[in-house]
Amino acid sequence: MLQKRVIPALLLRDDALVKTVRFDKPGYIGDPVNTVRIFNELEVDELVFLDITATNENRAPNLRILREIADECFMPLGYGGGLNNFDTVQSIFEIGFEKVILNSVMHSRPEFVTEIADHYGNQAVVASIDVKKNFWGNYEVWSHSGKRNTKKDPVSWAQELEELGAGEILLTSIDREGTWSGFDLQLTQKIADAVNVPVIASGGAGSLIHIKEVVSEGRASSVALGSMVVYQQKGMGVLVNFPDYNELQSMINK
Amino acid sequence: MIVIVDYGMGNLGSIVNMFKKVGAKAVISGDPEVIATAPKLLLPGVGSFDRAMERIDALGMKSVLDEQALVIKKPILGICLGMQLLTRGSEEGKLPGLGWIPADTKKFPSLPGLRIPHMGWNRVEPTTSSPLTHSLLDESRFYFVHSYCVQVDNQSNSILKCHYGISFDAAIQQDNIFGAQFHPEKSHKFGMQIFKNFVNL
Repeated sequence: MLQKRVIPALLLRDDALVKTVRFDKPGYIGDPVNTVRIFNELEVDELVFLDITATNENRAPNLRILREIADECFMPLGYGGGLNNFDTVQSIFEIGFEKVILNSVMHSRPEFVTEIADHYGNQAVVASIDVKKNFWGNYEVWSHSGKRNTKKDPVSWAQELEELGAGEILLTSIDREGTWSGFDLQLTQKIADAVNVPVIASGGAGSLIHIKEVVSEGRASSVALGSMVVYQQKGMGVLVNFPDYNELQSMINK
Repeated sequence: MIVIVDYGMGNLGSIVNMFKKVGAKAVISGDPEVIATAPKLLLPGVGSFDRAMERIDALGMKSVLDEQALVIKKPILGICLGMQLLTRGSEEGKLPGLGWIPADTKKFPSLPGLRIPHMGWNRVEPTTSSPLTHSLLDESRFYFVHSYCVQVDNQSNSILKCHYGISFDAAIQQDNIFGAQFHPEKSHKFGMQIFKNFVNL
Protein backbone atom coordinates (compact mmCIF):
# COMPACT_ATOMS: atom_id res chain seq x y z
CA MET A 1 0.00 0.00 0.00
CA LEU A 2 1.36 3.38 -1.01
CA GLN A 3 1.69 5.78 1.87
CA LYS A 4 0.20 9.26 1.66
CA ARG A 5 3.03 11.74 1.58
CA VAL A 6 3.25 14.61 4.02
CA ILE A 7 5.52 17.29 2.64
CA PRO A 8 6.93 20.42 4.26
CA ALA A 9 6.49 23.16 1.66
CA LEU A 10 9.09 25.82 2.36
CA LEU A 11 8.98 29.30 0.95
CA LEU A 12 12.14 31.02 -0.19
CA ARG A 13 12.76 34.64 -0.90
CA ASP A 14 16.06 34.21 -2.70
CA ASP A 15 18.34 33.03 0.13
CA ALA A 16 15.96 33.40 3.08
CA LEU A 17 13.24 31.11 4.33
CA VAL A 18 9.96 32.93 4.93
CA LYS A 19 6.34 32.15 5.71
CA THR A 20 3.35 34.04 4.42
CA VAL A 21 -0.32 34.43 5.33
CA ARG A 22 -2.70 34.36 2.33
CA PHE A 23 0.35 34.95 0.10
CA ASP A 24 1.12 38.15 1.96
CA LYS A 25 3.09 39.43 4.98
CA PRO A 26 6.24 37.29 4.58
CA GLY A 27 7.76 36.61 8.01
CA TYR A 28 11.40 35.56 8.30
CA ILE A 29 11.91 31.97 9.42
CA GLY A 30 15.62 31.38 9.06
CA ASP A 31 18.40 30.00 6.97
CA PRO A 32 17.09 27.40 4.50
CA VAL A 33 20.08 25.07 4.71
CA ASN A 34 19.97 24.84 8.51
CA THR A 35 16.25 24.27 8.40
CA VAL A 36 16.39 21.43 5.91
CA ARG A 37 19.05 19.75 8.00
CA ILE A 38 16.42 19.42 10.69
CA PHE A 39 13.84 18.03 8.27
CA ASN A 40 16.44 15.59 7.02
CA GLU A 41 17.04 14.38 10.60
CA LEU A 42 13.29 14.09 11.07
CA GLU A 43 13.15 11.90 7.93
CA VAL A 44 10.27 13.70 6.29
CA ASP A 45 8.75 12.11 3.16
CA GLU A 46 9.69 14.82 0.71
CA LEU A 47 10.56 18.51 0.58
CA VAL A 48 9.19 21.24 -1.62
CA PHE A 49 10.82 24.63 -2.08
CA LEU A 50 9.06 27.56 -3.65
CA ASP A 51 10.81 30.82 -4.34
CA ILE A 52 7.82 33.13 -4.07
CA THR A 53 9.46 36.24 -5.49
CA ALA A 54 11.68 34.85 -8.28
CA THR A 55 9.10 35.28 -11.07
CA ASN A 56 7.87 38.69 -9.98
CA GLU A 57 11.43 39.97 -9.56
CA ASN A 58 12.42 38.32 -12.83
CA ARG A 59 15.19 36.52 -10.97
CA ALA A 60 16.74 33.09 -11.57
CA PRO A 61 16.55 30.43 -8.83
CA ASN A 62 19.28 30.53 -6.20
CA LEU A 63 21.20 27.48 -7.39
CA ARG A 64 23.86 27.79 -4.71
CA ILE A 65 21.33 27.25 -1.94
CA LEU A 66 19.53 24.51 -3.84
CA ARG A 67 22.82 22.69 -4.36
CA GLU A 68 23.62 22.87 -0.65
CA ILE A 69 20.19 21.45 0.10
CA ALA A 70 20.54 18.59 -2.39
CA ASP A 71 23.99 17.70 -1.04
CA GLU A 72 22.54 16.70 2.30
CA CYS A 73 18.93 15.76 1.73
CA PHE A 74 18.32 12.12 0.93
CA MET A 75 14.66 12.39 0.07
CA PRO A 76 12.67 13.51 -2.96
CA LEU A 77 13.07 17.23 -3.61
CA GLY A 78 10.96 19.61 -5.63
CA TYR A 79 11.65 23.20 -6.61
CA GLY A 80 9.46 25.92 -8.03
CA GLY A 81 9.88 29.63 -8.66
CA GLY A 82 11.17 31.55 -11.67
CA LEU A 83 11.45 28.48 -13.89
CA ASN A 84 10.85 29.80 -17.38
CA ASN A 85 13.52 28.23 -19.56
CA PHE A 86 14.78 24.73 -20.23
CA ASP A 87 18.41 25.41 -19.22
CA THR A 88 17.44 26.45 -15.71
CA VAL A 89 15.19 23.41 -15.37
CA GLN A 90 18.08 21.24 -16.47
CA SER A 91 20.37 22.70 -13.82
CA ILE A 92 17.75 22.04 -11.14
CA PHE A 93 17.71 18.36 -12.12
CA GLU A 94 21.51 18.15 -12.35
CA ILE A 95 21.87 19.43 -8.79
CA GLY A 96 19.85 16.46 -7.55
CA PHE A 97 16.27 17.69 -7.41
CA GLU A 98 13.85 15.34 -9.18
CA LYS A 99 10.78 17.49 -9.53
CA VAL A 100 10.29 20.94 -10.94
CA ILE A 101 7.21 22.90 -10.00
CA LEU A 102 5.73 25.25 -12.59
CA ASN A 103 3.13 27.92 -12.17
CA SER A 104 3.13 31.32 -13.91
CA VAL A 105 5.01 30.12 -17.00
CA MET A 106 2.27 27.57 -17.76
CA HIS A 107 -0.20 30.36 -18.47
CA SER A 108 1.92 32.01 -21.14
CA ARG A 109 3.58 28.83 -22.47
CA PRO A 110 1.57 25.70 -21.62
CA GLU A 111 3.76 23.70 -24.03
CA PHE A 112 6.66 24.11 -21.56
CA VAL A 113 4.99 21.45 -19.38
CA THR A 114 5.09 19.01 -22.29
CA GLU A 115 8.66 19.89 -23.18
CA ILE A 116 9.92 19.01 -19.70
CA ALA A 117 7.67 15.95 -19.37
CA ASP A 118 8.91 14.57 -22.70
CA HIS A 119 12.50 14.91 -21.58
CA TYR A 120 12.38 13.97 -17.89
CA GLY A 121 9.10 12.08 -17.62
CA ASN A 122 5.71 13.18 -16.30
CA GLN A 123 6.65 12.38 -12.71
CA ALA A 124 9.27 15.15 -12.86
CA VAL A 125 6.77 17.94 -13.58
CA VAL A 126 4.50 19.28 -10.87
CA ALA A 127 1.88 21.78 -11.94
CA SER A 128 1.16 24.33 -9.22
CA ILE A 129 -2.31 25.86 -9.16
CA ASP A 130 -3.07 28.74 -6.79
CA VAL A 131 -6.78 29.25 -6.22
CA LYS A 132 -8.83 32.02 -4.66
CA LYS A 133 -12.58 32.36 -4.22
CA ASN A 134 -14.04 35.43 -5.86
CA PHE A 135 -16.75 37.71 -4.49
CA TRP A 136 -19.44 35.35 -5.81
CA GLY A 137 -17.86 32.34 -4.15
CA ASN A 138 -16.48 30.83 -7.37
CA TYR A 139 -12.96 29.46 -7.57
CA GLU A 140 -10.45 31.22 -9.83
CA VAL A 141 -6.83 30.43 -10.69
CA TRP A 142 -4.26 33.11 -9.86
CA SER A 143 -0.64 33.29 -11.08
CA HIS A 144 2.49 35.31 -10.19
CA SER A 145 2.37 34.44 -6.47
CA GLY A 146 -1.29 35.41 -6.23
CA LYS A 147 -0.82 38.76 -7.95
CA ARG A 148 -2.63 38.07 -11.24
CA ASN A 149 -6.09 36.71 -11.73
CA THR A 150 -6.13 34.41 -14.76
CA LYS A 151 -9.93 33.96 -14.38
CA LYS A 152 -9.41 30.27 -15.21
CA ASP A 153 -11.55 27.57 -13.68
CA PRO A 154 -9.28 25.34 -11.55
CA VAL A 155 -10.99 22.08 -12.59
CA SER A 156 -10.60 22.55 -16.33
CA TRP A 157 -7.12 24.05 -15.86
CA ALA A 158 -6.03 20.99 -13.84
CA GLN A 159 -7.38 18.68 -16.54
CA GLU A 160 -5.61 20.67 -19.23
CA LEU A 161 -2.32 20.46 -17.32
CA GLU A 162 -2.68 16.70 -16.87
CA GLU A 163 -3.28 16.43 -20.60
CA LEU A 164 -0.11 18.49 -21.25
CA GLY A 165 1.94 16.03 -19.20
CA ALA A 166 1.99 17.24 -15.59
CA GLY A 167 2.57 14.24 -13.32
CA GLU A 168 1.26 15.83 -10.17
CA ILE A 169 -0.74 18.85 -9.08
CA LEU A 170 0.18 21.11 -6.19
CA LEU A 171 -3.11 22.74 -5.29
CA THR A 172 -2.93 25.74 -2.99
CA SER A 173 -5.85 27.64 -1.53
CA ILE A 174 -4.70 31.25 -1.26
CA ASP A 175 -7.59 31.97 1.13
CA ARG A 176 -6.38 29.32 3.56
CA GLU A 177 -2.59 29.64 3.21
CA GLY A 178 -0.92 30.45 6.51
CA THR A 179 -4.22 30.60 8.41
CA TRP A 180 -4.07 27.28 10.34
CA SER A 181 -7.82 26.98 9.68
CA GLY A 182 -7.86 23.71 7.74
CA PHE A 183 -7.69 22.82 4.04
CA ASP A 184 -10.33 23.79 1.53
CA LEU A 185 -11.81 20.30 1.34
CA GLN A 186 -14.34 21.13 -1.34
CA LEU A 187 -11.70 22.54 -3.67
CA THR A 188 -9.33 19.63 -3.07
CA GLN A 189 -12.02 17.05 -3.71
CA LYS A 190 -13.16 18.76 -6.92
CA ILE A 191 -9.68 18.65 -8.38
CA ALA A 192 -8.75 15.19 -7.05
CA ASP A 193 -11.90 13.75 -8.63
CA ALA A 194 -11.29 15.51 -11.94
CA VAL A 195 -7.75 14.23 -12.63
CA ASN A 196 -5.90 10.91 -12.49
CA VAL A 197 -2.60 12.32 -11.28
CA PRO A 198 -1.87 12.75 -7.57
CA VAL A 199 -2.99 15.99 -5.96
CA ILE A 200 -0.95 17.61 -3.19
CA ALA A 201 -3.28 19.65 -1.02
CA SER A 202 -1.76 22.86 0.29
CA GLY A 203 -2.89 25.84 2.34
CA GLY A 204 -4.50 25.80 5.75
CA ALA A 205 -2.93 22.91 7.69
CA GLY A 206 -3.07 23.58 11.42
CA SER A 207 -3.49 20.16 13.00
CA LEU A 208 -3.34 16.41 12.41
CA ILE A 209 -7.12 16.41 12.08
CA HIS A 210 -6.85 18.77 9.11
CA ILE A 211 -4.39 16.40 7.47
CA LYS A 212 -6.68 13.45 8.06
CA GLU A 213 -9.68 15.34 6.62
CA VAL A 214 -8.01 16.42 3.42
CA VAL A 215 -6.82 12.89 2.74
CA SER A 216 -10.15 11.19 3.50
CA GLU A 217 -12.74 13.80 2.46
CA GLY A 218 -10.61 15.86 0.09
CA ARG A 219 -9.13 12.69 -1.47
CA ALA A 220 -5.67 14.26 -1.65
CA SER A 221 -2.74 11.92 -2.38
CA SER A 222 -0.33 14.09 -0.46
CA VAL A 223 -0.41 16.97 1.93
CA ALA A 224 1.80 20.04 2.08
CA LEU A 225 2.51 21.65 5.45
CA GLY A 226 3.74 25.21 5.91
CA SER A 227 3.14 27.17 9.12
CA MET A 228 2.62 23.99 11.13
CA VAL A 229 6.19 22.81 10.57
CA VAL A 230 7.98 26.14 11.02
CA TYR A 231 6.08 27.68 13.94
CA GLN A 232 5.55 26.42 17.44
CA GLN A 233 1.85 27.24 17.26
CA LYS A 234 -0.37 29.83 15.65
CA GLY A 235 0.90 33.31 16.59
CA MET A 236 4.01 31.88 18.29
CA GLY A 237 7.69 31.83 17.49
CA VAL A 238 9.69 29.86 14.95
CA LEU A 239 10.19 26.18 15.72
CA VAL A 240 11.09 23.74 12.99
CA ASN A 241 9.15 20.57 13.75
CA PHE A 242 7.29 17.69 12.16
CA PRO A 243 4.49 15.43 13.43
CA ASP A 244 5.63 12.12 14.89
CA TYR A 245 5.90 9.52 12.12
CA ASN A 246 3.81 6.82 13.81
CA GLU A 247 1.12 9.23 14.93
CA LEU A 248 0.86 10.61 11.43
CA GLN A 249 0.70 7.15 9.89
CA SER A 250 -2.09 6.08 12.21
CA MET A 251 -4.08 9.15 11.16
CA ILE A 252 -3.71 8.93 7.41
CA ASN A 253 -2.55 5.52 6.28
CA LYS A 254 -5.11 3.31 7.99
CA MET B 1 35.70 3.08 -5.89
CA ILE B 2 32.35 2.86 -7.60
CA VAL B 3 31.76 3.97 -11.14
CA ILE B 4 28.30 5.31 -11.86
CA VAL B 5 27.65 4.46 -15.48
CA ASP B 6 26.68 7.60 -17.34
CA TYR B 7 24.71 6.90 -20.49
CA GLY B 8 22.83 10.18 -20.36
CA MET B 9 19.76 8.94 -18.50
CA GLY B 10 18.80 10.42 -15.18
CA ASN B 11 19.87 12.31 -12.25
CA LEU B 12 23.25 11.22 -10.95
CA GLY B 13 24.08 14.01 -8.50
CA SER B 14 22.12 12.59 -5.60
CA ILE B 15 23.66 9.12 -6.07
CA VAL B 16 27.17 10.59 -5.80
CA ASN B 17 26.05 12.57 -2.73
CA MET B 18 24.83 9.49 -0.92
CA PHE B 19 27.97 7.45 -1.66
CA LYS B 20 29.93 10.38 -0.25
CA LYS B 21 27.73 10.30 2.84
CA VAL B 22 28.47 6.59 3.45
CA GLY B 23 32.17 7.28 2.97
CA ALA B 24 32.70 5.76 -0.45
CA LYS B 25 34.23 7.33 -3.48
CA ALA B 26 32.05 7.37 -6.56
CA VAL B 27 32.70 8.84 -9.96
CA ILE B 28 30.42 9.35 -12.92
CA SER B 29 31.74 8.07 -16.22
CA GLY B 30 30.55 7.07 -19.64
CA ASP B 31 33.99 5.95 -20.78
CA PRO B 32 34.09 2.20 -21.55
CA GLU B 33 37.74 2.07 -20.37
CA VAL B 34 36.90 3.56 -16.98
CA ILE B 35 33.96 1.16 -16.70
CA ALA B 36 36.25 -1.75 -17.51
CA THR B 37 38.69 -0.88 -14.72
CA ALA B 38 36.10 -0.05 -12.04
CA PRO B 39 35.90 -2.40 -9.06
CA LYS B 40 32.13 -1.91 -8.82
CA LEU B 41 29.47 -0.48 -11.08
CA LEU B 42 26.21 1.28 -10.52
CA LEU B 43 23.72 1.39 -13.35
CA PRO B 44 21.31 4.28 -12.81
CA GLY B 45 18.43 5.29 -15.01
CA VAL B 46 15.31 7.38 -15.27
CA GLY B 47 13.37 7.52 -18.51
CA SER B 48 12.19 5.10 -21.14
CA PHE B 49 13.47 1.55 -21.61
CA ASP B 50 14.21 1.66 -25.33
CA ARG B 51 15.94 5.03 -25.12
CA ALA B 52 18.20 3.63 -22.39
CA MET B 53 19.10 0.51 -24.39
CA GLU B 54 19.69 2.63 -27.50
CA ARG B 55 22.03 4.92 -25.57
CA ILE B 56 23.96 2.00 -24.08
CA ASP B 57 24.37 0.57 -27.57
CA ALA B 58 25.25 3.89 -29.21
CA LEU B 59 27.94 4.60 -26.63
CA GLY B 60 29.51 1.19 -27.22
CA MET B 61 28.89 0.07 -23.65
CA LYS B 62 26.86 -3.07 -24.18
CA SER B 63 29.73 -5.52 -24.70
CA VAL B 64 31.82 -3.90 -21.95
CA LEU B 65 28.95 -4.16 -19.49
CA ASP B 66 28.21 -7.76 -20.49
CA GLU B 67 31.82 -8.69 -19.89
CA GLN B 68 31.98 -6.93 -16.49
CA ALA B 69 28.77 -8.55 -15.31
CA LEU B 70 28.98 -12.05 -16.74
CA VAL B 71 32.68 -12.85 -17.24
CA ILE B 72 34.58 -10.76 -14.69
CA LYS B 73 31.56 -10.87 -12.36
CA LYS B 74 31.98 -7.47 -10.78
CA PRO B 75 29.33 -6.33 -8.33
CA ILE B 76 26.78 -4.31 -10.29
CA LEU B 77 23.76 -2.53 -8.89
CA GLY B 78 20.98 -1.33 -11.18
CA ILE B 79 18.64 1.31 -9.79
CA CYS B 80 15.09 2.04 -10.96
CA LEU B 81 15.18 1.82 -14.77
CA GLY B 82 18.71 0.46 -14.28
CA MET B 83 17.16 -2.57 -12.55
CA GLN B 84 14.60 -3.04 -15.32
CA LEU B 85 17.44 -3.09 -17.87
CA LEU B 86 18.80 -6.22 -16.15
CA THR B 87 15.73 -8.14 -17.35
CA ARG B 88 15.05 -9.69 -20.77
CA GLY B 89 12.82 -6.82 -21.84
CA SER B 90 10.00 -4.50 -20.94
CA GLU B 91 6.41 -3.99 -22.04
CA GLU B 92 7.40 -0.34 -22.27
CA GLY B 93 9.57 -0.95 -25.32
CA LYS B 94 10.57 -3.28 -28.12
CA LEU B 95 14.31 -3.63 -27.58
CA PRO B 96 15.76 -6.52 -25.59
CA GLY B 97 17.21 -5.68 -22.18
CA LEU B 98 20.61 -6.79 -20.91
CA GLY B 99 18.99 -10.09 -19.93
CA TRP B 100 21.37 -10.86 -17.05
CA ILE B 101 18.61 -11.96 -14.69
CA PRO B 102 15.72 -14.20 -15.85
CA ALA B 103 12.86 -11.74 -15.41
CA ASP B 104 10.51 -9.51 -17.37
CA THR B 105 9.45 -5.90 -16.88
CA LYS B 106 5.68 -5.46 -17.10
CA LYS B 107 3.18 -2.63 -16.97
CA PHE B 108 1.20 -2.20 -13.77
CA PRO B 109 -2.35 -3.48 -14.32
CA SER B 110 -5.14 -0.91 -14.76
CA LEU B 111 -7.11 -1.15 -11.55
CA PRO B 112 -9.67 1.33 -10.30
CA GLY B 113 -8.09 3.86 -7.96
CA LEU B 114 -4.55 2.73 -8.75
CA ARG B 115 -2.68 5.84 -9.83
CA ILE B 116 0.26 5.24 -12.16
CA PRO B 117 3.17 5.85 -11.73
CA HIS B 118 3.62 4.15 -8.41
CA MET B 119 5.12 7.22 -6.79
CA GLY B 120 5.88 7.65 -3.13
CA TRP B 121 7.04 5.71 -0.09
CA ASN B 122 6.20 2.06 0.26
CA ARG B 123 7.13 -0.81 2.54
CA VAL B 124 8.97 -3.86 1.32
CA GLU B 125 9.13 -7.43 2.47
CA PRO B 126 12.42 -9.35 2.50
CA THR B 127 12.21 -12.68 0.66
CA THR B 128 15.50 -14.42 -0.18
CA SER B 129 18.31 -13.19 2.09
CA SER B 130 21.01 -11.20 0.35
CA PRO B 131 24.10 -9.18 1.28
CA LEU B 132 22.39 -6.14 -0.31
CA THR B 133 19.57 -6.23 2.22
CA HIS B 134 21.74 -7.10 5.21
CA SER B 135 20.81 -5.27 8.48
CA LEU B 136 17.78 -3.69 6.90
CA LEU B 137 15.49 -2.22 9.53
CA ASP B 138 12.07 -3.79 10.03
CA GLU B 139 10.28 -0.53 9.41
CA SER B 140 12.22 0.15 6.20
CA ARG B 141 10.40 2.19 3.60
CA PHE B 142 11.65 3.28 0.23
CA TYR B 143 10.85 5.94 -2.33
CA PHE B 144 9.51 4.56 -5.61
CA VAL B 145 8.73 6.22 -8.93
CA HIS B 146 7.89 3.82 -11.76
CA SER B 147 5.14 2.77 -14.16
CA TYR B 148 6.57 -0.66 -14.99
CA CYS B 149 7.60 -3.40 -12.58
CA VAL B 150 9.82 -6.44 -12.56
CA GLN B 151 8.64 -10.04 -12.19
CA VAL B 152 11.37 -12.66 -11.78
CA ASP B 153 11.05 -16.22 -13.14
CA ASN B 154 12.66 -17.84 -10.12
CA GLN B 155 11.70 -16.60 -6.69
CA SER B 156 15.27 -17.24 -5.53
CA ASN B 157 16.22 -14.10 -7.52
CA SER B 158 13.77 -11.96 -5.58
CA ILE B 159 15.21 -10.34 -2.46
CA LEU B 160 12.55 -7.73 -1.66
CA LYS B 161 8.88 -7.72 -2.63
CA CYS B 162 6.56 -4.75 -2.69
CA HIS B 163 2.82 -4.48 -3.20
CA TYR B 164 1.03 -1.89 -5.30
CA GLY B 165 -2.11 -3.30 -6.89
CA ILE B 166 -0.05 -6.42 -7.50
CA SER B 167 2.99 -7.93 -5.87
CA PHE B 168 6.24 -7.17 -7.69
CA ASP B 169 9.98 -7.49 -7.13
CA ALA B 170 11.41 -4.40 -5.44
CA ALA B 171 14.96 -5.78 -5.34
CA ILE B 172 16.57 -8.67 -7.17
CA GLN B 173 19.88 -10.51 -7.21
CA GLN B 174 21.70 -13.10 -9.21
CA ASP B 175 25.23 -13.75 -7.98
CA ASN B 176 27.14 -10.45 -8.44
CA ILE B 177 24.22 -8.66 -10.13
CA PHE B 178 21.80 -6.64 -8.02
CA GLY B 179 18.82 -4.45 -8.77
CA ALA B 180 16.65 -2.07 -6.75
CA GLN B 181 13.44 -0.66 -8.17
CA PHE B 182 13.26 2.15 -5.61
CA HIS B 183 15.65 5.07 -5.23
CA PRO B 184 18.02 4.31 -2.33
CA GLU B 185 19.61 7.75 -2.81
CA LYS B 186 16.22 9.31 -1.97
CA SER B 187 15.25 6.98 0.88
CA HIS B 188 16.95 8.39 3.98
CA LYS B 189 18.79 5.94 6.25
CA PHE B 190 16.92 2.99 4.73
CA GLY B 191 18.48 3.64 1.34
CA MET B 192 21.78 4.49 2.95
CA GLN B 193 21.90 0.95 4.39
CA ILE B 194 21.50 -0.49 0.88
CA PHE B 195 24.37 1.68 -0.39
CA LYS B 196 26.53 0.75 2.61
CA ASN B 197 25.88 -2.92 1.93
CA PHE B 198 26.83 -2.49 -1.71
CA VAL B 199 30.02 -0.63 -0.74
CA ASN B 200 30.93 -3.41 1.72
CA LEU B 201 30.45 -6.26 -0.75
